Amino acid sequence: VPGRQIDDTFLTEIEEKLLQADMGVGNVDRIVTAIRDKWRLGRIRNAPDALGVIREQVLGMLTAAPAEGAPPSKSDDRELHFAEAGPTVILVAGINGAGKTTSIAKLAWLLKNEMGKKVMVCASDTFRAGAVHQLSIWAERIGVEIVRHKQGADPAAVAYDACEAAKTRGIDVLIVDTAGRLHTQDHLMRELTKIRDVVTKRIEGAPHEVLLVLDATTGQNAVLQAKNFGQAIAVTGILLAKLDGTAKGGVVLSIKQQLNIPVKFIGLGETPQDIETFEPKRFVEALFG
Amino acid sequence: MLDALTDKFNNVFRTLSGRGRISEENIREAMREVRTALLEADVSFKIVKDFTEAVVQKAIGREVIKLLRPGELMVQIVYEELVNLMGPVDTRIYYVQPPPTVIMMAGLQGAGKTTTCGKLAKYLVAKGHHPLLCAADLQRPAAVEQLRTLGAQLGIPVYTDDSKVAPHGEVAKGAAVSVCRAAIAQAKQTGRDVVILDTAGRLHIDDALMGELREVNTQLKPHQVFLVLDAMSGQDAVNSAKAFNEQLEVDGLILTKFDSDTRGGALLSAKMITGKPVKFIGTGEKLDALEEFRPEGMAQRILGM
Ligand SMILES: Nc1nc2c(ncn2[C@@H]2O[C@H](COP(=O)(O)OP(=O)(O)OP(=O)(O)O)[C@@H](O)[C@H]2O)c(=O)[nH]1
Ligand SMILES: Nc1nc2c(ncn2[C@@H]2O[C@H](COP(=O)(O)OP(=O)(O)OP(=O)(O)O)[C@@H](O)[C@H]2O)c(=O)[nH]1
Ligand SMILES: [K+]
Ligand SMILES: [Mg+2]
Ligand SMILES: [Mg+2]
Repeated sequence: VPGRQIDDTFLTEIEEKLLQADMGVGNVDRIVTAIRDKWRLGRIRNAPDALGVIREQVLGMLTAAPAEGAPPSKSDDRELHFAEAGPTVILVAGINGAGKTTSIAKLAWLLKNEMGKKVMVCASDTFRAGAVHQLSIWAERIGVEIVRHKQGADPAAVAYDACEAAKTRGIDVLIVDTAGRLHTQDHLMRELTKIRDVVTKRIEGAPHEVLLVLDATTGQNAVLQAKNFGQAIAVTGILLAKLDGTAKGGVVLSIKQQLNIPVKFIGLGETPQDIETFEPKRFVEALFG
Repeated sequence: MLDALTDKFNNVFRTLSGRGRISEENIREAMREVRTALLEADVSFKIVKDFTEAVVQKAIGREVIKLLRPGELMVQIVYEELVNLMGPVDTRIYYVQPPPTVIMMAGLQGAGKTTTCGKLAKYLVAKGHHPLLCAADLQRPAAVEQLRTLGAQLGIPVYTDDSKVAPHGEVAKGAAVSVCRAAIAQAKQTGRDVVILDTAGRLHIDDALMGELREVNTQLKPHQVFLVLDAMSGQDAVNSAKAFNEQLEVDGLILTKFDSDTRGGALLSAKMITGKPVKFIGTGEKLDALEEFRPEGMAQRILGM
């Protein structure tokens, strides 16, 4: 309601809306307190004023410089980085079922069709039933090359072969799919580090991007996911999948603040075209839209 | 048990009330800790609100106000109330005569339906049943292959029809019904007493795809519909669980990925919004990682204590 005046009921509604977006209690408290303070001081009066404050606060959270002590990274950097020469390697990881393989199909499509890159995908998920087959179908549909071994093979060995193949075949971008794993499974996280190490050894400067795929329906656990994956493989950006549902994915605010990892892409469906670069302004509008 | 919370309550009451008596206001104030804990565990804010109010009323009714160290009783009330909300416990699977009993899995993309089909089949075999798996996800690339592989690992037959799989860019509309029907017919012929239908993941707001499930539901009347949900889900769990339940009349819930460090508030949210029992929880990728749901321990986990 545009002309609506701020009062306690309004503040409660705002609080609920933001909580519902998975923004986390701490963040929501901070924002609601900011609105309440400004209102009490008479600096703001009505709903549009309050929304203005929220926009400002949330955009600040998504784009501000890192908090003190936070690890240095290209925090506002939502671009993909490419190797100066030779293949660019994008390593993709995340927990089970987050949307990794489908997101790789989207990235491959985007890189091939919108940027004219020669793309190869690597089937380093050798664990889950049907995973290699799933990526093969996408590679064929999109028309990109694939390197794969049988189910049960060593995922690092597949990555090794893919790196070599990418170099000899003049590939621009190699995207590595990995098996879903929980951030709490130490041995599987070590396996991931090993895949990363192999890639680093085979191709100079690789991996150039390490994307963590998060399911937008995930709640506060996503922060722990980002933390552990970040430690294991130095995540450079997030791909927030499944934003076409009714979940808002507000937990990326906490991830940005606490870990300084930027969102680079969003996933909006199950076809290769359903990918967009992350736009903070639109994201903020959708949070309470 | 829940010592940390007991201490917190006692401390809060001590500082709030000074040396005087505890007031209703003090109780409300102390409940803020619980509210935060539940929200951090991803319990739906609406449910948290109702829950805290219910606890406050109980605390007043049980005269917490008169106690010198009310922490213990408060914690007891919180705990009891949480366990209450998770019950009544009913992890049974209801079989029909004559067989086969048809069980359908439904849920959002990536929740764990296909894997859970495999787990449930293994669980049923251990109970002396003879399940048939049915690959009715004609949408996701390699979904049929995934179930076929799981069936082969378990030595359990899988009904598949690759000719019904949706071509790229198309929605396999209507085909799921015929695939499920054929699977049920095959189960009758081959003496399999339970049919487990794996369906494609879909968004609760995708009317076309929800329509496909409604069609399977009305035409084939599966005896039990299980909604598969990711235990790491956030606030949106209530929305999807509500929509699936409204459209399919879900019989039970299965929460997957409880082997993670999620506090798992989505379990409470889904249970409350649907009123349906939690049947199983998934605790790993392996096919034996399925447990009958027990509320003990879950309350503590959600509270983070
Ligand atoms: N609605 C929607 N569904 C998506 C999106 N991204 C992926 N999915 C679906 O989510 C499910 C899981 O996607 P996958 O790409 O297989 O996920 P994954 O992370 O590779 O899964 P694992 O390899 O098993 O860990 C599939 O049904 C996808 O079609 C998205 O942006 N929106
Ligand atoms: N850690 C863990 N992983 C699980 C569990 N249940 C399923 N998974 C994994 O989660 C991912 C998705 O599982 P699927 O069974 O493919 O999920 P689905 O709901 O059938 O996915 P769609 O058909 O794409 O909608 C896979 O990597 C599974 O191995 C569980 O209880 N714990
Ligand atoms: K999921
Ligand atoms: Mg995958
Ligand atoms: Mg499936």
